[in-house]
Formats: sequence, structure tokens, C-alpha cells
Amino acid sequence: MIVYLIRRLGQSLLAVVAMAVLVFIGVYFIGNPVDVLINPEATQADILATTQRLGLDKPLYQQFGIFIMNALQGDLGTSFVYGRPALDIILERLPATMELALVALVLSVGIGIPLGVWAGLRPHSIAGRTIMGGSVLGFSLPNFWQGMLLILVFAVLLGWLPAGGRGETTEFLGFQVSFLTLDGLSHLILPAINLALFKMSLIIRLARANTREVCLQDYIKFARAKGLSGRRIVLVHVLKNIMIPVVTIIGLELGSMVAFAIVTETVFAWPGMGKLLIDSINLLDRPVIVAYLMLTVLIIVSINLLVDIIYSLLDPRIRLSEMKG
Amino acid sequence: MKALTLPLLAGLAAAGVTPATAQDLSIGLKSEATSMDPQFHQLSTNIQVAKNIFEALTTQDALQKVTPGLAESWEATDDTTWRFKLREGVKFHDGTDFTARDVIYSFCRVPLVENSPSAFTIFTGGIADMTAEDDHTLTITTKATNPLLPTELWSLAIVSAESLGAEDEITYGPEGTCEGMGDVPQAPAFNSPDIAVGTGPYKLESYTRGSEVILTRFDDYWDGTPEWERVVLRPITSDGPRVAALLAGDVDMIESPPIQDIPRVEEAGFTVVDALSNRVIYLHMQQVEEVPGISGTDGENPLLDAKVREAISLSVNREAIAERIMGGYAQPAGELLPPPMFGTSGRPVDPYDPERAKELLAEAGYPDGFSITLGTPNDRYINDEQVAQAIAQMLARIGIDTRVDASTASQFFSRRNALEFPIYMAGWGASSGDMSSPLKSLVATYDAATGMGPTNAGRYSNPEMDALLIEAMSTIDDAKRDQMLQEAETMVLDDYGIIPLHYEQTVWAMKPDLSYEPRVDQYTMATEVKPADQ
Amino acid sequence: MTETTANAPVRIDSPTRRIAKEFIEDPVALIGLILFVLVALIAIAAPWIAPQNPYDLAQLSIMDGALPPGETSFGTDMTYWLGTDQQGRDMLSAIMYGLRISLMVATVSLGLAISIGTIVGVVAAYFGGKLDSFIMRIVDLQLSFPAILIALILLALLGRGVDKVILALVIVQWAYYARTVRSSAMIERRKDYIDAARCLALSDRRIMFRHMLPNCIPPLIVVATVQIAQAIALEATLSFLGVGVPITEPSLGLLIANGYDYLLSGSYWISIFPGIALVVTIIAINLVGDRLRDVLNPRLQK
Repeated sequence: MIVYLIRRLGQSLLAVVAMAVLVFIGVYFIGNPVDVLINPEATQADILATTQRLGLDKPLYQQFGIFIMNALQGDLGTSFVYGRPALDIILERLPATMELALVALVLSVGIGIPLGVWAGLRPHSIAGRTIMGGSVLGFSLPNFWQGMLLILVFAVLLGWLPAGGRGETTEFLGFQVSFLTLDGLSHLILPAINLALFKMSLIIRLARANTREVCLQDYIKFARAKGLSGRRIVLVHVLKNIMIPVVTIIGLELGSMVAFAIVTETVFAWPGMGKLLIDSINLLDRPVIVAYLMLTVLIIVSINLLVDIIYSLLDPRIRLSEMKG
Repeated sequence: MKALTLPLLAGLAAAGVTPATAQDLSIGLKSEATSMDPQFHQLSTNIQVAKNIFEALTTQDALQKVTPGLAESWEATDDTTWRFKLREGVKFHDGTDFTARDVIYSFCRVPLVENSPSAFTIFTGGIADMTAEDDHTLTITTKATNPLLPTELWSLAIVSAESLGAEDEITYGPEGTCEGMGDVPQAPAFNSPDIAVGTGPYKLESYTRGSEVILTRFDDYWDGTPEWERVVLRPITSDGPRVAALLAGDVDMIESPPIQDIPRVEEAGFTVVDALSNRVIYLHMQQVEEVPGISGTDGENPLLDAKVREAISLSVNREAIAERIMGGYAQPAGELLPPPMFGTSGRPVDPYDPERAKELLAEAGYPDGFSITLGTPNDRYINDEQVAQAIAQMLARIGIDTRVDASTASQFFSRRNALEFPIYMAGWGASSGDMSSPLKSLVATYDAATGMGPTNAGRYSNPEMDALLIEAMSTIDDAKRDQMLQEAETMVLDDYGIIPLHYEQTVWAMKPDLSYEPRVDQYTMATEVKPADQ
Repeated sequence: MTETTANAPVRIDSPTRRIAKEFIEDPVALIGLILFVLVALIAIAAPWIAPQNPYDLAQLSIMDGALPPGETSFGTDMTYWLGTDQQGRDMLSAIMYGLRISLMVATVSLGLAISIGTIVGVVAAYFGGKLDSFIMRIVDLQLSFPAILIALILLALLGRGVDKVILALVIVQWAYYARTVRSSAMIERRKDYIDAARCLALSDRRIMFRHMLPNCIPPLIVVATVQIAQAIALEATLSFLGVGVPITEPSLGLLIANGYDYLLSGSYWISIFPGIALVVTIIAINLVGDRLRDVLNPRLQK
């Protein structure tokens, strides 16, 4: 298992580095950030001086060498826009994104599994069909459009919830969070639903399919024959058996939620790191873009690893070395 | 503050408008300040936030007229020497007195700020020497004659020498050679209210990146008690959510509501104010032989012919753009700066005359027109991409087949500076409020050595105009300078070296119990938000 | 004689007919299929049936800008059934052309991604060993990163453009097909007919693509229907974020993004109608895909 983990980590690190190199070089060719950042009244000499100050006058290989040297010491560069370490800026935004992703995840699992199991137990009932119909809809509405509709309905037409921003935050375990205050919570609801809906539909479908398969297994039939109550069968047997695929999906989806938060944060002006990425791309703030990617990839890789480990704990029959992905 | 009585329009969120705590003000800004250091980044968002906390020797009123700030009065004793009398009895937020030492320290710090993406050195670079005759008298010597010095000083925020750890004696030296500066704190340190100490009406309470800047009233402010107990500045960078935040009552005021939403905001009972800004949107055309993006002309550059340039100007229906695309929140432009600002001549706007435009094209030898690519940013100016598309539509009507190439500002400016567009649309805001600014940057002959024409990506060149402009820029006498600038501008416009399209109008929307005097420079300043019933 | 058995018309045709029969038993899926065919026809025929060519600038007039649905043009007697955008562009025509671009981008990228994925998957399964594990490592690694992140970064670097969007979609999608094809090809490889084919000394290429591949198609179809819906949605999202197709060739996503600015002001039609067109398209495909999966999945046949 240790060997397996080390190999996995090695591969992932390789991926992180490859991505960083590509992006570093790519952003270099898009344009000169000084063209965007500098005051238009600046003279050619001012522009040149600024370019030198940011180290952008050096040839690409030199800039890259400096970046690698610093990165090895844990310094991912200084943001061109903020003049502060890129990593600091991202870490400031990290709690907002993680809070959003986690709340969305809890929503999608907390609602998705019960609905999916229900639809799986009674696939032909009206409720079962409605749930599936809803999940096709949730699956099909593009994230951003669905967010716009949420704003239009709940913030603009009904005026129940704020349209964007994060609201009041309080400190919780050393992080600024918004779910502990009423104001913060009201800001959190719409973006969290927006982010959760797609995954919820996925989980509903997954839970339903698994429930249907489990119900066809002999031991469930046996349990029914033994006269166990329907509720007990569901709770104990079905849930236990759908846990493994669900844990996988939760793990994989948490990573993708961090990425999809880019869209939600843009629509709802949520001050997380996804919004920061879009802003940084627009300003060609290369250190921040590169650092964001490295951090996000690292988060996703760690989550995947964690899922694998939980997986093996849940089901001792699975040996880690046999698993891929 | 009087209770709000808003018309409850069917289902509108205005129902959510609650009277704010009488002494609190929250403003939704369209962009976020990148730092609290007023000397870090010369960016309008940073400047407008910093102006609440820090002041400068001079100020500019809503019409960009220079008025006294921390300096009570000043005079030019000769072409390069200026004497400033500083205001007495001014206190910093930490209780220390404001003196000439703070001014010297502040100017000295500018070149020492590290990693600045757009440094303030463009204002301090021309200062040869500074000496304090006493605590409240200061002499500034410039390297060359600079009639705009008092105007430019508005951009140089005064920080506290004491809070930043300066030594008792500071001696000025140009380009970062000052002595007695101590250990100069860098931009990130200004997130702390202990370092971000100014003389302004509001003190920094906290700065949460991505979320808000909280300011509190400075009770010992020299110019009367500031209006608000607490001011919250929230960056809400997406247009829709910013408007929604106002409608939902999350903020009391927003800057730049998208113009298509203004009727709705007004219907919901909010106050909307607007003002002509100092920003002109213009078309610039390549004046070099070899240009990319033109076809149907046998390799010639038709834009070298003034008749073609005139035809382009006449083909644009500026009224229609202002009305249809800009929702009435723009004014057709005939000059590079809206009259009656300094150096404008009151030249009439070019008429919309597609027939004459076609004739001109034929006279120039292009009766069947040609194809061209129009470059434009799509996230920089108000409805920029829409305006460019409308222009393409109008050019198509006179036979110039136009393809719009829109890109985000980051790519657009790099590509423009690399002369990739035969014709492009961009905007210019004259921060000095003076005609020399657009002339020097946009149409003076490009010359890296003298710093002329840095934004002249059409490479227009008119030596006669250059000479007149340079002379004007070193003329201290305002009346004479005004005359020269008018002449220089007329030369360029007669030659269609650049085509002004419209002046943007800046809009603010706020709760009905507030009022704001709209500013030409597009700044949103908490200090100038007042209760409406006063 | 193994070859004829594998390709015999009786063995291919009858499941196809069975699948078709079972497919139309579900009325919802049938509606989905009809909708999809309709949408596809509109997209293909857009240049001939659209009331206006929305990209011929000389046909537009900003005096007709932002007219609500049902209004008539000031200049001509044309009626804008779905309203116009700020430029005076007929939304109905814009949606038809937008559908065309959205579907074109999705199908072209789908075709390329399937081709690449299939070749890689079959090759990996057939040869096995080091090559297989190397290829699958890359596939797994790529699949562990969210598609939107990869596509967003790629396009931020490449710039806007239909060709670039297609490239980005191919890059994020090929791995799905490679994995799907490989896993079914692995099962096929162990079957006797492959050994028989090898005994006949048929070329590797022939065995892989003439014999193994046809048997991998059913799962491929299921993945492809899910993926094409995802591709359309992803392209729309990218265009919404400002890194997708250029303004001169707007897809549905870009139309929605443009209309987003006008949503709050009450000019709902600029954004809502393209949105509905997009959602209908995606739902139709998903309904078809759902049913196909049920029909093609032997385990639920009982």
C-alpha cells in the first residue's frame, strides 16, 4: 500500500509540474501584463521600467529558471497585481471556496441519496418518476444559466435572498466562515444550491441505479422473505451497499466542485479562488494563475488519494494496488 | 434620516430596502482595490478608495478644477520653482501633526515602493528637489517647466512619516536617493490600520480582500466632521449582482450600474445621477504603409488617405450609438475632451452623412470599399463590444466590410501595442482634465526617447502639431496654453488623425435618501455622499 | 470462418432491431428523440430557414435594437417573433445559427475524441502490458481533473476561436472513450474468436479494428450520448466565461452570456430564449441517452 501511495503521489506531482510549466509558458505568450496594469498616461520609459521591475524583460528561460528556483523553496512568485506572494492571496480566498464546495456537497449528498434510494425502491411510482425527471433537468441545465435563473427568481423577482457577495463572516476554527450568521447563510444558500444541483442529480441517478441493483440481489430477497421490515432493509442493506460508489463519487465530485466553483463564483460574485482565477486570467497575473492551478491540482490529488484509502477501509476485499484512477 | 417610502412595484426587490443605520453607508464598487497602500498602484479603484483615508497637497473638485488640499496656497516663483504653504492644525489618524516632513517622506517613498505594476513615479520623476523652509512651508523644484504640477500633486497621497518609521531628518534626493527614510514599509503592510495612517476624513478599520473595506469616521478631521460613522466599500465586480445588491438593499449606493438596467433601478424608486466623464471613446487608424487586416486594396493602406478617414467619421451615426447602445448615457463627441474642459475649442460633432462618406471613398479611389478588421476590447469600456459591432454595421453600409475582433483587455492592449489592428476602438480618460493629456499620449508622434505618443498605436504623426504641443506643455500662462492646445487639437481633428466617437457618462445609483455630486473623473468617493434632505 | 460469424448480418441486425423496438417503447425517450431530430434539422437548415442572416451586418440596424418579441422592424416589415438583441439582430435567427455552431462544435469534437479514444483504447487493450498500463495511467490522471478546469486553462492560453474550442473539447473528452473502449475490448480480447483470428495470422490492425472494435460499440454509444450533452453544456459555459467562441460566431452559450447583461433590465428574451433552446437540446439528448443505456445494459434486461 505504501509503495502504491508513493507511486500515486509521484505521478500526481509530475502532473502538477507539467501543468505549471505549460501554463507558465502559455501565459508568457498571451501578452504583457504591464500593458493592462499600467496607467495609460505612462510613457514608454515608465512601461519599460515597470516591465523590468516585474522581471518580465528577461528571456522566457530565465524567468522560468527563477520561478523553478523559488518554487523549490516554496515561493510561487509575487502577484503582479497585488505585489504580494501569490500563494498568500490564494490561501486568503481558499476558505470561501471550500466552504461553498463543502456546503454544496452536503446538500447534494443529503438530498441526493434519500431521493435516489426512494426512486430506486419505487421506480415506477409517480414520486420515483418525478425524481428522475427532476434529475434529468438538474443534469441538463447548464450551471451558469441555472444560477442566473436563481438570481432572477429569488433575488430579483421575489427579493428573498441576496444576489451575490458573501455577507457577514465569523471566525470558526481559525477560518472566516459565513454559515454561522443569518446574513452569511442567506448569501450562501443560492450559490450552494447552484453548485449542488448538478452533483445532486448525479448522486440521485447513481443511488437509484445502485438501489435497483441491490434490490435484485438474493440477500435482499432473502431478507424480505425472512420478514424484515422494508425500512430496515433499506437502512441496513441498501445503504451499506451503495456507500462505496457514493464515497467515490463524493471524493471525485468534491474536486470537481472546487473547479466548478469558478462558474458559480463568477455568477454570484462569491469571493473565492475561482473568481480570483478568472480575474487573474483577465489581468495576466501569471504567478496567481500558476499558483492557483498547482494548489487546485494538489487538492484534487489529495482528495483522490483519501478516497482510495477510505475505499479500502470500507471494503477490505479491495486491495489498493489493484485500483486505478 | 427620514423613513423610506418606496413605490412597491410589482414584485420588485425594492421592498427589501430598509433604512440603513442612519450613520452607516455601504457602497458597491465595480472593481476591487489591489492594495491599501496609496502609493502602490496607480489605478482608479485604488485611488478612489485611498482618497477616503489619505489626502494630497491639492484636490480636484467634481469638475476636475484644482483646489487647495493639504496645501493652503501655492505659487510658481519661477519656471521651475514652486512654493507651497501647508495647512496648519491638520492631524493624522494617529494623532500626530502634519508637517512638511511628511510631504517629503511621502514623495521620497514613491520610488521605493516595490513590485508596483503602475508606479506613481510618473509624477515624482520630474521633481529635482524639495526643501522645507519651516514645518509648513515647502519649496519644490522641477527638472523642467511643468505647468501641471499642482494638478499632478493630487495624485500623490501624503502618508505619515512617523507611523512608517522615518528618521527625524529627511533629505530629498531624486529617484529614491532620499536620506533618513528608515525602514520603508511595503504595500502589504498597509492592510494594517497602524500603517495606513493618513489625514483623510475616514480611518481604515479593516480590509478583507475580495470582500470589503471598512472605514470609520475620523473625529479630528480638519475640515469638519465627516458625514458617516462607518463606511463599507464592497467590490461587486459583476454588473448584474451589483444592481441586484442595490435593489435588494444590501448596499446603499453603487457605481456604474449597467445602462440597460437604469430604467429599472429608477422605477424601483432609487436616485440615479450621472455626469459627463473625461473619458472619450475614439477610433484610431494605422498610419504606416504595411498594415495587417485590410484586403481589397491591392496591398495599399487606404487609411493613409485623409479622405478615407473622413469617410469613416461621417459614416458613424454617433447619435444612434449614444441613444440605442448607450441608452442615452453617452454624448456624441467632437473633441478629445468634453468642452468646456481645459484646451477644448467647442468644435462641432461630425455629422452623420453616409452619402458624402461614399463620395469621399470614391474620390479616394475606393468606390467599392474594402475589407478591414476593427479591434476592440470587450470588457473595458461601457458596452465596448456592442459599440464596435454597431460601428461595423455602419461601415458596412458605406461599403467598408468590417470584421470585429473583440478580445479581453489583457489581450487587446498587448495586441494593440504590437500594432495588430488596422483600426481600433479604445478610450481615453484625461486624469489631469487637460487637453495636453490626450494629445501627448494619443496623437503626438511616437517617440520612446522623449516619452511622446506612448498610446499612439496608429502611429499618426504631425510634426507641426508636435512642435505646438511641446511649446504648450512648457507654458505656465494658462490663457496662452489654452489657446495653443486648442490649435493643436484642431490640426489633428482637421486631418482626421483620430476620430472621437462619444464621451462616456458615469452613472451612480443610490437609495432615495442619499445624494451624490457626480464627478467628471468617474471616482466614487464616500466623502461626497450626503443625505438627500440636507 | 470466424470472420463471417463476427460480421454476419443476422447477428448485427437483430439486436439493432430489438434495441430500436425497445427504445420506442418508452414514450419519454421517443419525445426526446423527436426533439433532438428536430433540433438537429433546424441547426442544419438554419441558413435556408432563418428569417435573417444574423451575421450579415448590412442586414442589421441598431434602430431595431432590443425589440420585445412580436415587434415589427422600423425599416422593413419583418416581424421579430422572439425579439431582437441590442444590435437589432433577430433572436430567432440568432438562435438557429447559434444552435448550428453549438452542435457543430459538439459533434466535430465528439467525432475526433471518439476516433482518438477508440484507437488508443483498442490498442491498449490488444497489446496489454507496459503500453497498456502507461496509456491507462495517462487516461486516469487526466480523468481525475475536472474537464472545465482543463478546458478553461487551455482556452485562456489559446484565445478565442471555434477551432480552439473544438481542440479543447477533444483534449478533455478523448480519455472517456479510451477508457470505455479499453474496458470492453479487454473482455473481447479474452474471447476465443480473437485467438482464432490470431491463429489465422490476421494482421494486428485487422483483428483490432475489424473484430474487436464492433463489439465495443454499444457502451461507446452510451458514453457518447452523455458526453455530447456535456460537450454542449461545457462549450456554453466556456463561452459564458468569455473564453469560448468569438463574438462573430456566437454559439447558444455566447448568446446567453450576451443576454445575461440584459436579464435584470427586463429584456429577458435576449438571454432566456437561447437558454431554453440550449436546455431543450441537452434534455433531449439526455433522455435519448438514458433510454439507450437501459436498453443496451444487459443486466437490466431481466
